Parts: sequence; C-alpha cells; structure tokens
Amino acid sequence: MTGPNASVVIVDDHQLFRAGVRSELDGLVEVLGDAANVQDAVRCIIELEPDVVLLDVQMPGGGGVQVIHDVARARPAQRFLALSVSDAAEDVIAIIRAGARGYVTKTISGPELADAVRRVADGDAVFSPRLAGFVLDAFAGAGQPIPSAVDPELDQLTAREREVLQHIARGYLYKEIGARLHISAKTVEAHVSAVLRKLQLSNRHELSRWAVERRLID
Amino acid sequence: MSAAGHQASQPPLRRDRGSAVVGGVCAGLGRRLGIDPIILRVVFIAASAAGGLGIGLYLLAWVAMPAEGERRAGGLRVPALPGGRDSWTVAGGIGLLALSLLLVFRQWGLWIGDGLVWPVVLAAAGGALIWRQSANAADPAPVREAPARAGGGSALGRAALGVALVVGAALLFLYFNDALRPARDALLPVVVVLVAGTLILAPWWIRLVRGLADERAERIRSQERAELAAHLHDSVLQTLALMQRRADNPREVAGLARRQERELRAWLDGGRPLGERGTLAAGLELAAAEVEEQHGVAVDVVTVGDCPLDAGAEALVAATREAVLNAAKFAGPEPVSVYAEVGTERVEVFVRDRGPGFDPDAVPEDRRGVRESIVGRMRRHGGDAVVHTGAGDGTEVELRLERAR
Repeated sequence: MTGPNASVVIVDDHQLFRAGVRSELDGLVEVLGDAANVQDAVRCIIELEPDVVLLDVQMPGGGGVQVIHDVARARPAQRFLALSVSDAAEDVIAIIRAGARGYVTKTISGPELADAVRRVADGDAVFSPRLAGFVLDAFAGAGQPIPSAVDPELDQLTAREREVLQHIARGYLYKEIGARLHISAKTVEAHVSAVLRKLQLSNRHELSRWAVERRLID
Repeated sequence: MSAAGHQASQPPLRRDRGSAVVGGVCAGLGRRLGIDPIILRVVFIAASAAGGLGIGLYLLAWVAMPAEGERRAGGLRVPALPGGRDSWTVAGGIGLLALSLLLVFRQWGLWIGDGLVWPVVLAAAGGALIWRQSANAADPAPVREAPARAGGGSALGRAALGVALVVGAALLFLYFNDALRPARDALLPVVVVLVAGTLILAPWWIRLVRGLADERAERIRSQERAELAAHLHDSVLQTLALMQRRADNPREVAGLARRQERELRAWLDGGRPLGERGTLAAGLELAAAEVEEQHGVAVDVVTVGDCPLDAGAEALVAATREAVLNAAKFAGPEPVSVYAEVGTERVEVFVRDRGPGFDPDAVPEDRRGVRESIVGRMRRHGGDAVVHTGAGDGTEVELRLERAR
C-alpha cells in the first residue's frame, strides 16, 4: 500500500502533453518529475523512485516498451501505467506484455487518471473498455479446437473473468460490476489482475499474432 | 513502431571505409557485432593461412556488403585511392607480400596442395581487379572523374589483366587436375569455364539488381509521401482551420476534434473509409460518429469480433443508432459506451449511458423511438431488445440478434 498521495513520473515526448497532465494531476497525486525520452526516463525513474510511471507508448528510441525493459534491471517492481493516443491492438498488447499494469487513453479526465494512478500504485490492474475488448478478442475462439500445447491455466479466461471484462467493455466501473455480479469490488479487481497475469505470461503464440493480424483483417 | 525503433539502434551492416585497412569489411563487421576489428582481421588472416579460404571469404563479403553512404557519396572512393602509376605500385607490393606469406606457409606445411592454392590465389587477384572496376562503374560520379584522374586506358587494362588472371587460374587448375582425374576430362572444363564466367559477370549483374531495387524503393517512398500529404491536407488541415474559426465555441471545437480523430484513426488503421468496409464494426463506428457530430456527445465504441453487414446486421446497426441517439439526447454530456460482441451463434450490442435514467412504463404510447425503432425492428429480424433502466442509475439498452447460419 502507498500513502494518501501516490507519486508519479510522467514520460512523454510531447512537452505540451506533459505540462497538461502535470496541471491536471496537481493536488490529486504527487508529480515527482517528467522525462521526454527513453534515456532520461530511465535515469529519472531510478533516481526518483516513483510509485507509478505514466508512460507514453510511442516515443523515439524504442518507446515505452524500451523504458520498461531498461528500468526492470534496477527496479524490477516498478509499476507502469501506459497512457497513449494509439489504440492499435499491437501497441496496446505489446506494452501490457512488456509489463505495464494498465492502459488508458489520453482523452481520460484528470480525476479519472489520478484514480487509475492510485489503483496501479496499490497493485491493481487498470483496464480501459477498449483494452478489455482487445483482451476478449485475443482470447476468443472458445468454439475452436484448442491446440494441445495450450496451458489452460494461462491461455484461457474463466467464465467469470469473461463476464468481468465484458462489463468493463460496456462501460461499468468496478463498484458497479461488483453490484451486478453480486461480488465485492475487491473480487472484481482480483479477476482483472488474474487476466493481466494471463495476458503477460501466456505463451500462446496466437496472442501476439492476433494483434498483428487484426490490422490486416480490417 | 517499437520494432522499427529497435532496429534503428543497431548499426546497419556496411563496409566502413573510414577505418578500412583493405576494403573495410572487418571494420564494418566489427562495428555491427560490437567486436574490435583487429580480432576479425586476425581471424581472416588465420583463415587465409588455411589454403586461401580467408581470402575467398573476404572477397565474398566485400561484394556482398554495401559500403557506407555508397549511393550518396560515390566520389569518396576515387580520391581515397592512389591514382595512376601509384595504384599499380601498391597492387604490386600487396601481391608480393601475399606471395611471400604464401611461400612461408608452404614452407611450414600449412598447405592444401599446389593444385588448389595457386589457382585460387590467381583467381582471387583477378576477381578483385574486375570487381573493383565494376564497383566504380556503378557510381556515375567516379566514371566522370576517373578518366581525368587516372586515364581511360588504365581502367580497361585493369579489367583485361583481371580477366587474364582468372582465365589463367582456370587453366592452371585444369592442368593440375588433368593429371589426377583423366576420367572427368569432359566435364571439368565446362564447370571451370562456367565458374570463371560467373566470377567475371556477377559483379555487374549484382550492381544492376541493387540499383533497380534502390530506385523502386525510392519511387514507392515518394508516392507514399505524396498520398500522406494529400490526405493530411484534405482532412487534418481543413479541420484545424475550422477549429480556429470556431474557437469561441468549445463544444463545437471538441466535436470537430473528435470527428477528425475518428477519421484519422480509420485511415491509419485500414486505409479504406468506414462506409466502404461493409462490416458490423465499421457500421457501428459510422453510426456513433454521426450521432457524435449531431449532438456533441462522445460515443466510445468497442467491438469484439466482426461480421459482414447483412440485412440483420444492418437492422442491428440502425437500432443501435437509435439507442445511442436517445442516450445522447437525454443522458447529457457524459460519454455513451457502445459494446458489441460477435459470437458464433449471436451478436450482442450494449448501449450504456450514465444519465438520470427513466421509468419505461411512464413513456407515453405515442413515443415510438424505443418501441418501434429499437424493440420492433429487432423482433422483425428475429432478435430482441431489452432496456435496463432505473431512476439515477443510467440506462443500458441490450440488443440481441441470432446469427443466420
């Protein structure tokens, strides 16, 4: 658990956007610093030790994925929340599989973003409706025969997890989902964290391929 | 994006002429692999000791690896080379050095046999001359400069000497092998002649292919750039101009920005406009965009799976549009969420708003929006629609359609 004010570092190559997020988060969470490129970001994160890093997906020099890889050596437990204008499946799935604990789009409001930061700081996962949709799509194919190499623990969603994700995609908050499914909000969070774990650890090669192929089908 | 960025961080495989000793192969390889080129040079020399293998490999690498900035700075090579008589002196020196080295190896017993090594060395020397020649000829700038610098006859003489060396090597090889394998008399000359021919012609051919590929890539790039510029001009710049003129109306500006964002995403995603794709997901996006534009309320669409836009799916899109319209009209400024899931047996769409909600029984009979346009339409196509609502709880319209098999 963290204190009442979670601390963040903002990593984004657009100066205007960093300034905007800084002023929106002012008073809601503690902004320790910001960085505009991969090297600065890695140095800044290791030095300032924030609870959460707000991370842009697309940046010159390898992007958010590179930052996560480089920080992992010094701070393996660092928590990242991806913040991006891109909603291309390959970007989103790549950053989550690299280790980000959530993904929100840049159109999110200040208070909502602060709430997402706090949840990530507490170790929860933050799924936007779109990310929930991607995950359902990627793990879909329940009717198709499952290859023998698949590990059911990691490579399939349980019925409950599917239900929770569908509600997130429909625009419900965790609290509302809990009330609808007659479970506590904490249990909803546990389901989402389990899905995040599956998304990161599953070796199902369809998962990566899916993200790339999605573009081709459109 | 991230993959491309990753590649860019590694230096491309190019001959490094700046720190070259002979052709820059070792320097280039070393930079790419992150090894000191000295080590690679020692490896190549050691491999040369084993009967000329290293020399062959080196020549192969020389041809296969393009030099750094080859296209851009073709003139670099000529001034760097000693011109005219000097180059022959240098070549002679290198030749004599190589000869003495080979003789030393022969003395030590690091030797495969006279019949293989001498022809290979001769062929390598001749090949090097010819390849060098064609490499210069492929760059237009040096062709213009070369005659002034070294004299036109020198280039021709070098090529002729190269050809003579290769042919001599082939003959020598034949001579040595004749004595050993008389049975293959008929076959061997043909093979050797073919090999020699390939060695002579291959460099020009490789240059030609490489030049064509470069030109084609450049043409595609410039076409793409033109297309991108045209698109940005028609869409983004127009919208930005419009936004400046409407700067006093934040609601309208937000609407314009959102519509432009949607269009740009659709373009980046697949290239084809949403209206031409003919799928359920595109239909829903389009309907959402229309309502967004008319009412200035954000509509977020998430779809899982997709299907063709048949009559049933079209009815589903129309019903969804009606539900989104109601939400936009009555639920105020909060965004509307649309979620569609295409399963193997049925398609489900949920339209949810965070408005005040309403009492369905209190809706007068003559209000046809929900009853006709949503419930009635879905039932006519073998589907169903349910409205979940309560005061203060927002509204969710659930649409369900069985898929035709």
